[in-house]
Amino acid sequence: MNIASFAPLAVVLPILGAALTFVLIRHSRAQRAVSITLLSLTLLLECVLLASVWDGGTAAVNIGGWLPPWGIVMVVDQFSSLMLVVSSTVSLAVLVYATGQGMADGDRDAPLSIFHPTYLILVAGVSNAFLSGDLFNLYVGFEILLTASYVLMTLGGTGPRIRAGVTYVVVSVVSSVLFLIAIAMIYGATGTINMADLAIKLADLDSGTRMLLHVMLLVAFGIKAAVFPLSFWLPDSYPTAPAPVTAVFAGLLTKVGVYAMVRTETLLFPGDSLNTPLMVAALLTMVVGILGALAQSDIKRLLSFTLVSHIGYMVFGLAMSSVAGLGAAVFYVAHHITIQTSLFLVTGLIERRGGSSSIDRVAGLAKLSPILALLFFIPAMNLAGIPPFSGFLGKVGLMQAGVQLGTPLAYALVIGGALTSLLTLLAVARVWNRAFWRKPEDAENPDPVLLADPEDSDTGDRAGKRNVTLLPRTMVGSTLGLVAFGVALTVFAGPLFRVADQSAVDMLDRSSYIQAVLGENAPVPPIAQPEPAQQEGQK
Amino acid sequence: MSVNLTLLTVMGALYACGIYLIMERSLTRVLLGLMLLANATNLLILATGGYAGLAPMFSKDIDPRDYNDPLPQALILTSIVISFAVTAFMLGIIYRTWVLARRDEIQDDVEDIRVAETPSFDAEDDSEIPVETSEFPLTMVGTDGRGISDAGMSGEGAAGGSAERGSAIVKAGGREIKAKDAAAEEQPGSQNVTPGPEGGVK
Repeated sequence: MNIASFAPLAVVLPILGAALTFVLIRHSRAQRAVSITLLSLTLLLECVLLASVWDGGTAAVNIGGWLPPWGIVMVVDQFSSLMLVVSSTVSLAVLVYATGQGMADGDRDAPLSIFHPTYLILVAGVSNAFLSGDLFNLYVGFEILLTASYVLMTLGGTGPRIRAGVTYVVVSVVSSVLFLIAIAMIYGATGTINMADLAIKLADLDSGTRMLLHVMLLVAFGIKAAVFPLSFWLPDSYPTAPAPVTAVFAGLLTKVGVYAMVRTETLLFPGDSLNTPLMVAALLTMVVGILGALAQSDIKRLLSFTLVSHIGYMVFGLAMSSVAGLGAAVFYVAHHITIQTSLFLVTGLIERRGGSSSIDRVAGLAKLSPILALLFFIPAMNLAGIPPFSGFLGKVGLMQAGVQLGTPLAYALVIGGALTSLLTLLAVARVWNRAFWRKPEDAENPDPVLLADPEDSDTGDRAGKRNVTLLPRTMVGSTLGLVAFGVALTVFAGPLFRVADQSAVDMLDRSSYIQAVLGENAPVPPIAQPEPAQQEGQK
Repeated sequence: MSVNLTLLTVMGALYACGIYLIMERSLTRVLLGLMLLANATNLLILATGGYAGLAPMFSKDIDPRDYNDPLPQALILTSIVISFAVTAFMLGIIYRTWVLARRDEIQDDVEDIRVAETPSFDAEDDSEIPVETSEFPLTMVGTDGRGISDAGMSGEGAAGGSAERGSAIVKAGGREIKAKDAAAEEQPGSQNVTPGPEGGVK
């Protein structure tokens, strides 16, 4: 009995939780208890999975006993289990945060009871996408998480959320249709949708067909991962959702897209046929995204733009298709999930304490709430890549890999990456200066909450605000936990980087994955090298 | 493998209509477009199954090549269920948009318009004189009804100026919104629309 046989539980447990919380929809206390317990169990299970593959190796589970390539396979390797652990940690923190917010605000926001089941289904979809060893199951995972995200995005059904929700739903559905078309064409071309089997059979196709399938998948995942120029939808739709929802979206959803890109790039389409366009896209994503962030005055929108911008780093690492680059990208994904989510959670707290998330309307928070300032400062510096935080380590890893590669384009990306890092620092420093360092009196059109007497800042009933706790302990505690997890990523960066590098070696080698799924005797095809003449033609 | 020409033509027509419809501004048409795209894709998956054949129920006497490929049909079934859920959800959204805004159209993002119209000049950083360049055009008007920019001035001229600004209108999404309300547009729970009959606005 292999420990990896329990991998499907990472999907089943959250779905079970969703069913239970849906039954308990009128008992908010029981609902909270069930969802937090089941998510903690899931996290525990995923930690065990990660521990079982910590030193390398790949394990596959055949669902329902159907042998691959016919049945559905779930694959646990270092990359997928690392993503599972990080994503579940983040979702648990956000769940606790949202629960705290719900308790602090009372049951006035009625749709909150639907939050728990939907949220758990989202987590199940994310787990399914990470574990899937089958293209169609990956599609189903995406659809599960997207459908849950549609509901969360429009929670409460207010005007701005519906407006943002429409954009989000339409863009997501279009990208899913593209993905499905790609799956259909791949099935038509090869007769299989099992990824390990595809890795063998795609190599036999002629390069034109392969290129077509490759581009289709990349475009579909590029929309989901918000890679420029397919990133326009993200800053439009994310900021309007409730703070915990935005936080989990920012942390997880785009990263599932990045994960899918990494899987397909390394497993299905190895070689460097599309690396040049990917690198250009990565550069543009970084630079255009961060320039957008500089124009924003709303912290949530600003962070959405930095989110887009930093996707560029991961695509950069992927596009190098070297062990160093891919390893750094894996590390960067883990780092970025944590940091971006904590920043959005802190923004939710800023919004509560300052009454607004616009940097014009809040001021003086460093004095009003030092803990908030600390909670913002650490992940903000981490995001900007200030030593010694994990953001710095990830970026250095990427740049080292870029310099190793040594092509002019790689150097351009290294420079672009450094520039983006500095501009990120500028963007978060702007937030810091205005929201935290100004005097509270300097705020333009401040919310009454901001200027209220600090004496009664715990529970105040003041103009326009009902009697609520401004900074409930659960919310601050969960944010603090996530910030601490981000710092832990820095402290344990050594072992983590080792695992990331090893997973990169495995992914580029492919034999571990293919043989885990199809058995020891499966042939591992050599990486298809397109003839130079054809490559010239394609350019 | 061979392809059924009729299916292929229908698929192409569905894709063409679907793509045309999702370019529309009306939400109902966008939804119809999405449904056509989903159905066209289902046909595409069906086409990948190859020739029509016998139902895939195993019998020793039948040559394996006579069976129809069952896998694409399983995939189609899943994708039909998914597109059903998405369609239902989109209908809900469309109804909600109708309740809230009395229009079946995609709304403009007020924040986008604001960013587009914001000059590169920043009031706090670039200027000695506090003039009105922030994204809250009216928020500069103090509680006494006088603009901050008027603080140094005196007399009726200032009062007239701020009164005029008090009625400033921002045009967004085809609607005219009072500028001070437009600033609050992105705040959760804020409504710039009149309540619908269903009590769409809390």
